Amino acid sequence: MHLSDVEAKKLDIKANQIRKDIIKMLVKAGSGHSAGPLGMADVFTALYFNVLNHRPKQPTWPERDRLVLSNGHICPVQYAAMAHAGYFPIKELSTLRKFKTRLQGHPHRAALPGIEVTSGPLGEGISQACGIAYAARMDKKKYNIYCMMGDGELDEGIVWEAFMFAGKQALANLTVIIDRNNIQIDGNTEDVMPLEPLREKFEAFGWYVIDIDGHNITEIIDACAEAKAVVEKPVAIIAHTIPGKGVDFMEYDFTWHGRIPKSDEAKIALNELRTLGGKIKSEHE
Amino acid sequence: MFNPKAKLVKKLFSKDIKKIPTRHGYGEGVVLAGEKNKNIVVLCCDLTESTRNHLFKQKFPDRFIEAGIAEQNMAAMAAGMALCTKVPFIASYAMFSPGRAWEQIRTTICYNETNVKIVGAHAGVSVGPDGATHQAIEDIALTRVLPKMTVVVPCDYEEAKKATIEIAKIVGACYIRLGREATPVFTTPKTPFKIGRAEILREGKDVTIVACGSLVYEALKAAKELEKEKIDVRVINNHTIKPLDKSTLLQAAKQTGAFITVEEHQKNGGMGSSVCEFLAENYPIPVERIGVDDMFGESGTPEELLDKFGLTAPYIIKAVKKVLKRK
Ligand SMILES: Cc1ncc(C[n+]2csc(CCOP(=O)(O)OP(=O)(O)O)c2C)c(N)n1
Ligand SMILES: [Mg+2]
Repeated sequence: MHLSDVEAKKLDIKANQIRKDIIKMLVKAGSGHSAGPLGMADVFTALYFNVLNHRPKQPTWPERDRLVLSNGHICPVQYAAMAHAGYFPIKELSTLRKFKTRLQGHPHRAALPGIEVTSGPLGEGISQACGIAYAARMDKKKYNIYCMMGDGELDEGIVWEAFMFAGKQALANLTVIIDRNNIQIDGNTEDVMPLEPLREKFEAFGWYVIDIDGHNITEIIDACAEAKAVVEKPVAIIAHTIPGKGVDFMEYDFTWHGRIPKSDEAKIALNELRTLGGKIKSEHE
Repeated sequence: MFNPKAKLVKKLFSKDIKKIPTRHGYGEGVVLAGEKNKNIVVLCCDLTESTRNHLFKQKFPDRFIEAGIAEQNMAAMAAGMALCTKVPFIASYAMFSPGRAWEQIRTTICYNETNVKIVGAHAGVSVGPDGATHQAIEDIALTRVLPKMTVVVPCDYEEAKKATIEIAKIVGACYIRLGREATPVFTTPKTPFKIGRAEILREGKDVTIVACGSLVYEALKAAKELEKEKIDVRVINNHTIKPLDKSTLLQAAKQTGAFITVEEHQKNGGMGSSVCEFLAENYPIPVERIGVDDMFGESGTPEELLDKFGLTAPYIIKAVKKVLKRK
């Protein structure tokens, strides 16, 4: 459904809350990934608060849409979105990566209800998503499968094996959302392993492709609606994002892939998020 | 009594013992090996700094290859390069190589008889907060089962450096297993190291602890504690899991009559299993194995996890007492 401006604004505020939680979670955890989770906060907000047909209090509801996180290392953003959506108490976010937590450093299906597949080792989520989509179609299920992927993740061969399969089978119930933030660990994607022309690659594999601004909630939601309307092909939404989005000193910088802010940096980051980069006044520190 | 020939650091149990990850020893070692042998090349899968290959990359930019996040391709590509005189070191996290690339390693490196070195970083549960998906505790089993493969698990930074230099000299497949965390550096540049020869770090006649990796230090701590109870423990650093140093093990079995094996790996199929396989066929004696007991890891600090899985000195001490009763 197309959003009103007021609704879009509300989701922007939600995404901002999620970003603040990500910073706090990472600082508390003492390790983890910053750039990817911050960059995907808008996409996850749009999914959990608009796109997904789900029941946070009944995570095993058989008819739910499936959200598969293939790039497992960005799980802080999923955990934060899930907590805000009501899957578990927000205060549990502070247990990220701690001993005995349900919020494992990389998401674990058996640990936390609502996590559809265990991931972390890159490339395996998309294959599982293909399996889910194929089985759903066999059983004439109506739900959609959304698979989140990193762009660096696309280096893995298994990813293209899955893309080929989905193309061959015309898995129209499958929508992949690529975090096209142009970074991975060793540098920018086009330096480490060039992906472009990415749209054309997908098209050649039999996919329908939509390019969007991954920070525009309305565009994200519209693209997901368009994806649903496409009934003859799997859909790849290439979400152009800014790694570290919302925290000036992290934005566009690949070195923030797997680094977390120190406490003074976190203060600056939180203040920036609170004031929307100085646009509004912050009431409290 | 600690073996003077082992030339361990003087203040072995000092609180301020230097701590450096074994992967750092590898990173420095591969540069030294690269200086000697111009055919050495390094391939890496988007983990250049955490595998410490940035040092090699800085020194020999033309001999460093960024393979992208594609471990299977890296392994088979390295085999191709080895067929053309190169000596490739391929590096990733152990979970992904040898983990993900296992069949490529089996066919294109081992069966194909190519001279490729597999560098597995971040092995063991001590990887910590990243959780089970990133904690390789099956890699010793995966590699030691392969014909033509040499498997080395250095016990500290110094030994990792030596081991890297030594595997570069072997013609054939080698796996070197490395840890993420900073762990005590208790050997010295003078400590002897030879692939395939286990080192006796402490002489003893009542029982033998056979350990590998950074847990060798825990074994030494346990031996020291047990001394107070007049239990005389031999400690063997079994850094080469394949080929196994059968003569050192057989001698220890005959002289002490009971073994404890210690490793940061599944009990099933690991170093302890390989020792048991050998003893069962040659000189059966009571053995207790310390390792992860058929479980996956999880998030936590390295200390919490080593404790949870029972891999530290107090657990070794318990196991020693248990095995002595079975003697
Ligand atoms: C199979 C596998 N190889 C290597 C890694 C280590 N690793 C984790 S994230 C990452 C980079 C991924 O890049 P991208 O998907 O673009 O994520 P971003 O940096 O944008 O968050 C790598 C190499 C892994 N998790 N899995
Ligand atoms: Mg990326």
